[in-house]
Amino acid sequence: MTAGVDALVASHPLFAGLPGDVTSGIAQCARNVAFGPGELLLVEGRPADTLFLLRRGRVAIEIHAADRGTLVVETVDAGGAVGWSWLFPPYRWHFDARALGPVGAVAIDAACLRSAMEADDALGRLLVTRVAGVLLERLQATRLRLLDLYGADRAG
Amino acid sequence: MRFGSTATIDRRGLDLLIAGLVEAGFETKGPTVRDGAIMPGTILTSADLPAGVRDAQGPGRYRLEQVGNDRLFDWAVGPGSWKAEFFPPSQELWRSTPTGEIASHGPGTGTTPLAIVGARPCELAAMAVLDRVLLDGAVSDPHYAARRVDAFVMVAECGAPASTCFCTSMGTGPSADSHFDLALTELDGDTGHRFLVRVGSDRGAAVLEGVPHAETVPAELAARDRVLAAASDAIIRTIHTEGLARRLADAVDHPRWEEIAERCLACGNCTLVCPTCFCSDVSDTTDLTGEVRRDRTWASCFDLDHSYLHGGPVRTSVSSRYRQWLTHKLSTWWDQFDTPGCVGCGRCVAWCPVGIDLTAEVAALTADDGRAGIGPGRPTDAESGPESTSGEGTP
Amino acid sequence: MPAEASAVRDRPPIGPDPLEPVPYRVVDRRRETDDVTTLSLESLAGTVPVFVPGQFNMLTAYGVGEAAISVSSSRREVGALRHTVRDVGPVTAALCRARPGDVVGVRGAFGTPWGVDGDDLATGDVVVVAGGIGLAPLRGAIDELIHRADPDGGRVFVVAGAREPAQIIFGDDLEDWGRAGAVIAVTVDTAPSNWAGHIGLVTSLLGGVDCDPATTASLICGPEIMMRFTARALIDRGLDPRRIRVSMERNMQCGLGWCGHCQLGPFLLCRDGPVLPYAGEVARLMTERER
Repeated sequence: MTAGVDALVASHPLFAGLPGDVTSGIAQCARNVAFGPGELLLVEGRPADTLFLLRRGRVAIEIHAADRGTLVVETVDAGGAVGWSWLFPPYRWHFDARALGPVGAVAIDAACLRSAMEADDALGRLLVTRVAGVLLERLQATRLRLLDLYGADRAG
Repeated sequence: MRFGSTATIDRRGLDLLIAGLVEAGFETKGPTVRDGAIMPGTILTSADLPAGVRDAQGPGRYRLEQVGNDRLFDWAVGPGSWKAEFFPPSQELWRSTPTGEIASHGPGTGTTPLAIVGARPCELAAMAVLDRVLLDGAVSDPHYAARRVDAFVMVAECGAPASTCFCTSMGTGPSADSHFDLALTELDGDTGHRFLVRVGSDRGAAVLEGVPHAETVPAELAARDRVLAAASDAIIRTIHTEGLARRLADAVDHPRWEEIAERCLACGNCTLVCPTCFCSDVSDTTDLTGEVRRDRTWASCFDLDHSYLHGGPVRTSVSSRYRQWLTHKLSTWWDQFDTPGCVGCGRCVAWCPVGIDLTAEVAALTADDGRAGIGPGRPTDAESGPESTSGEGTP
Repeated sequence: MPAEASAVRDRPPIGPDPLEPVPYRVVDRRRETDDVTTLSLESLAGTVPVFVPGQFNMLTAYGVGEAAISVSSSRREVGALRHTVRDVGPVTAALCRARPGDVVGVRGAFGTPWGVDGDDLATGDVVVVAGGIGLAPLRGAIDELIHRADPDGGRVFVVAGAREPAQIIFGDDLEDWGRAGAVIAVTVDTAPSNWAGHIGLVTSLLGGVDCDPATTASLICGPEIMMRFTARALIDRGLDPRRIRVSMERNMQCGLGWCGHCQLGPFLLCRDGPVLPYAGEVARLMTERER
């Protein structure tokens, strides 16, 4: 079973190209999971204890308030990853994530991953760099979305 | 005759008691048989009460059966409750000119005092709960108070509970211990059809003084005890109330709410028949003369727009509305008013068109620490190699 | 045992009907943005209204309906009672259209205040964070806090966020408060190129607030998402959640705890709120999914 998860971690874009021993190490913290349509992967306020590598399906990042209802911020597809708040204290989710259809993912236990990063500086640096890359891309995209580029004040 | 004393009267005495109330200027109302159910109506003599009738109730079920005897109170509760007398389904609050000068204060004041003949102990408890909500706040509701404050209440203790009753769990029956002017217990026995009467107020004492009555003998007191014990034993539904507020709070994410929502129609029947539900809507209307009128009408937390904020309703799903109703009734009502919201009358069970049983749902919701719907997902066997990432079709 | 049946009857006589509005005249009207208007009201009978910052009144637009509107006056201001209204429905639209001389009904003041009279806000730093029209319920509290007599010299920090520069309200008050010694920071989500001020979420300005978290209290008002993210950011900086207060909003119809609409879990917001401490129950309720 571990061998299978190994391969799933190694083939996921977030970890693509990393040495085999690194991905095996990460796979020690991982297991293969599935979600049905509408099920929640994470809930705002709850402990942020998992990094999800999406393998199949689509996940909506949402936020909810009584005065606005449920607002979808963006979606993440297979090949992406969901759940970053496990990196920083107080390790609590800031948004909800919901499976829009059947979702297959690799769930990596955050505490296990953090320990592995503490124990191995190189691993720590590698992972943080990879994660930072994803976050930078998302930040840039979010900035552009904020500008409402398709908005009504364009003449054409 | 003073507070706390007891006496025994017969059917004729009861007739004279009712006549005395009428003569004293009360509008006398009590349970009557109407439209196939026990409903509030005018009582001028004991013949207007539901003689020879029993009710068979269950989840989503209510039937009256004629048993052909002359007993008056061998039934539990009908769909109507006494709250409609003090807090009518629709009520004008005030009328004014377009510039805010009050033209009339609403018909709440100056009404004929009400005498209730034959309320049930659970209904007394419900009235006490509504008193807490509408009279015990920072200010009292004058429209509710207008009719409630002078109301004369004669309770009839229960001898024949329905299968939907659970007053024993809520501490509201089958006996009546307070909040009444007079309490009747219909006795059986070979000494004839008689009623044990207990006095709960000076006003009740005065009314009882005026009718022929006999001193209660020990055998009659024992007969009352038997009636109440048999009634308690006959109650089959229960709610385990110890720590209930906390257990319901823990069940906020329980999957049962979704399951209930598959059955619940959000029709609001339960809130209509509930003797303690007090939610209301306020609406203003105006006409061609410009006169403004404000009305208050019964509302239900099952209405989609009950929780409306400018962005839309807060509780859109049926499950969130059912959860609001049940947790309010049995949990947060305590925080808000320091009393339970439910008196165990069982009306919501009988009058739910799909037969949702509050007692069964509470038991299911508090049976375990069920939390569901949140990750980390169901484990699956790891496949041997990378899969297509199209996300479609693969189970 | 007392005669409890008569306990209902032994109640004190009931005063004027609290469901009847008292007519007030609009004496001034100020358009703050294209959908926000401040009305100044004076009672026809000449009575002085009683309120504490944070509370709200039920305002009646005769013939249209009634809405809960926070009082935006400070008690240091003599004269008319201010209410800042945002047009979000028929009643608030009618109120926003009201002109000087029009009559508006007033019931109140209801609800829990921000607590500027209490010991907790008498000394020490206070961080006030307002989102959009959330600055209106805070206006009176900010003014009174800036002018409180605090021997320890506690400072008042005001962080105000708006969607864009045209949506900023009380611009002149913000300047006055700055001149009176408060630290003012304003931000917007988006802005035209001639805006030289800050652009970003209110939480991004909190880092620049130079307060001692251990002795700081906070008042927050705005959209729910903004309030809870701000509260969390402040808690991450070390503020005590019990010293963070938020103003919660739900459907209000009677203001007296009788109609049941404003329930939020164990609270009736017209009576137990709208101002509530963020700790415990409120933090949980703000995150709970009512779908």
